[in-house]
Amino acid sequence: MFKFIDGEDTQTSISFLLEDQKIEATEGMSVAAALLANGITTFRQSAVSNEGRGPFCLMGTCYECVVLIDGVHVQACMTQVRAGLSVDRIPTATTGIEE
Amino acid sequence: MSDLFDIIVIGAGPAGMSAATEASRHGASVCMLDEQQTAGGQIYRNVVHSPAARSRILGADYRAGLLMTQNTNESGVVHRTRATVWKVDKDGSVAFTVDGQAEQIRGRHVILANGAMERSVPIPGWTSPGVMTVGAAQILMKSSGIVPVGAVLVGVGPLLYLVATQLVAAGAPPKALIETQTKSDLIAAMPHFLPALKGWKQLAKGMQMIAALRWAGVPRFKGATEIEITGGASVEGVRFRAQGREKTIHTTTVFLHQGVVPNTQITRSIGLDHEYNTAQHSFAPITDDCGQSSNSVFSIAGDGAGIGGAKDAALSGKISALNALRQIGKITQSTCDGMAKPLLKRRRAELAIRPFLDAAYPPPASVLRPADDTIICRCEDVRAGDIRRYAALGCRGPNQTKAFGRSGMGPCQGRYCGLTVTEILVEETGQRHEKVGSYRIRAPLKPITLKELASLALPQETDKSK
Ligand SMILES: Cc1cc2nc3c(=O)[nH]c(=O)nc-3n(C[C@H](O)[C@H](O)[C@H](O)COP(=O)(O)OP(=O)(O)OC[C@H]3O[C@@H](n4cnc5c(N)ncnc54)[C@H](O)[C@@H]3O)c2cc1C
Ligand code: FES
Repeated sequence: MFKFIDGEDTQTSISFLLEDQKIEATEGMSVAAALLANGITTFRQSAVSNEGRGPFCLMGTCYECVVLIDGVHVQACMTQVRAGLSVDRIPTATTGIEE
Repeated sequence: MSDLFDIIVIGAGPAGMSAATEASRHGASVCMLDEQQTAGGQIYRNVVHSPAARSRILGADYRAGLLMTQNTNESGVVHRTRATVWKVDKDGSVAFTVDGQAEQIRGRHVILANGAMERSVPIPGWTSPGVMTVGAAQILMKSSGIVPVGAVLVGVGPLLYLVATQLVAAGAPPKALIETQTKSDLIAAMPHFLPALKGWKQLAKGMQMIAALRWAGVPRFKGATEIEITGGASVEGVRFRAQGREKTIHTTTVFLHQGVVPNTQITRSIGLDHEYNTAQHSFAPITDDCGQSSNSVFSIAGDGAGIGGAKDAALSGKISALNALRQIGKITQSTCDGMAKPLLKRRRAELAIRPFLDAAYPPPASVLRPADDTIICRCEDVRAGDIRRYAALGCRGPNQTKAFGRSGMGPCQGRYCGLTVTEILVEETGQRHEKVGSYRIRAPLKPITLKELASLALPQETDKSK
């Protein structure tokens, strides 16, 4: 579970959608951080075992956080939240990235 | 259109910023590329936008980055943010993508300052959602202002203690630290202690961190072995053995750390020479004192050339800039030597503590060479036992493993499993690390779409060099 550091400005919030769930975030957060702050840790499924996976490095190297934004595969940890974003999990049985 | 710069710097951490600023000060045209939103690198990530309360929690060493980013902003360096570099050619051409648009520029010299990444920590259960790296916990604080509640930190190294104390300061003390350091690691480090006293300020900071954790009442379990993350679909806890007893600590969030290693993806892709550093248990590109690599077009600065920490990275950035300026004829050899000399001396002082740190905080054998059923390649779910099986069938090196299975073929391109595969093959085949080698790396270094590739208009070079 995650919480905001005391003294953070959580008033000016931005909202976006993960599938049909409304996610609240603050300006400057990454999509990955916003999902984690909303209690979501499973971002995708392993294409091999179908087991749930979530962000690991948050610095753009592991690709465990890949989601679909506007139909494009992106790293949730390298993408900043914007109002009205529409984020989807990748349908199972793909690796998440076209090679 | 494609621009020609005197010097391209890849990475805007302390090494990259210092390199770019120094080069620009000597009249070179400089373009600095980094995929982050702002300059800062790992240590000073988001320092520019961090609210005061957050920066206070992160500490003075973090806030020190503000001045460096300001100096860089005022230096005339062209800083491209959100620029992910995915191809570097031997002639100094660099291709990158910003917001889905690909571009290519060329530098007469290129300074690679792409830094380090955390060592992979393949232990049972590490792929469960809720398990991240200690660096990830810090990134959530720096960039997003959030902290984990009741997390457990597992592993070894200075960054483990730093992040633990930052969490304490942020009002989210870890539930426990489970540490893999053993008494014999400390004994092995003792011969390096006297020389390390030159870095007494760093040692004192380390002692302060340990004291702060004790003061906050954070339980520390030392010499932990047989560490396993329990749960599955989500984390339930960490089971381990310490002081002869088995113990389980319940938590939903675990952060792992086993030190940092140079990120060699770019240097490998250009075909630069590398060597294995036994003290740091990792490969690093070969450079001379001034950061010159095995190809005259490329210098390497900062943790990407071997782990030295932020202050050393800044010094090495400056020195590499001098080397680059000399290579392109902006300064003479004797000017370069004269200006580099005092910087090299400061670097030696800065690095005095390293052999002690390397010996005192080593990754345990169980992390370097995991048990058979532990996943080592997260992208393709390949296990340590698979690699051992390939070795028994005659596989001699990491590239050959790809003929047997899919390790290293996922989107992370072997960044996380590379060193583990090499270690296992060293153990199984009895060859040296250099002989076993590592994955061959080819562009694109990060997955790109055909659309991005198509957006790369064919270059007609505009000369920005001065
Ligand atoms: C996650 C993490 C957290 C750390 N936190 C601390 C800390 O708090 N305190 C501390 O003393 N040390 C910390 N370190 C150690 C750190 O390596 C050094 O302190 C210091 O940041 C090294 O400086 P550098 O300039 O060599 O590299 P870095 O600071 O790592 O900078 C490298 C830069 O290159 C960029 N980059 C890499 N590849 C590409 C690419 N393909 N395209 C575009 N840009 C790219 C990165 O975005 C990054 O900004 C941390 C290391 C890691 C991995
Ligand atoms: S969490 Fe590793 S790439 Fe995003």
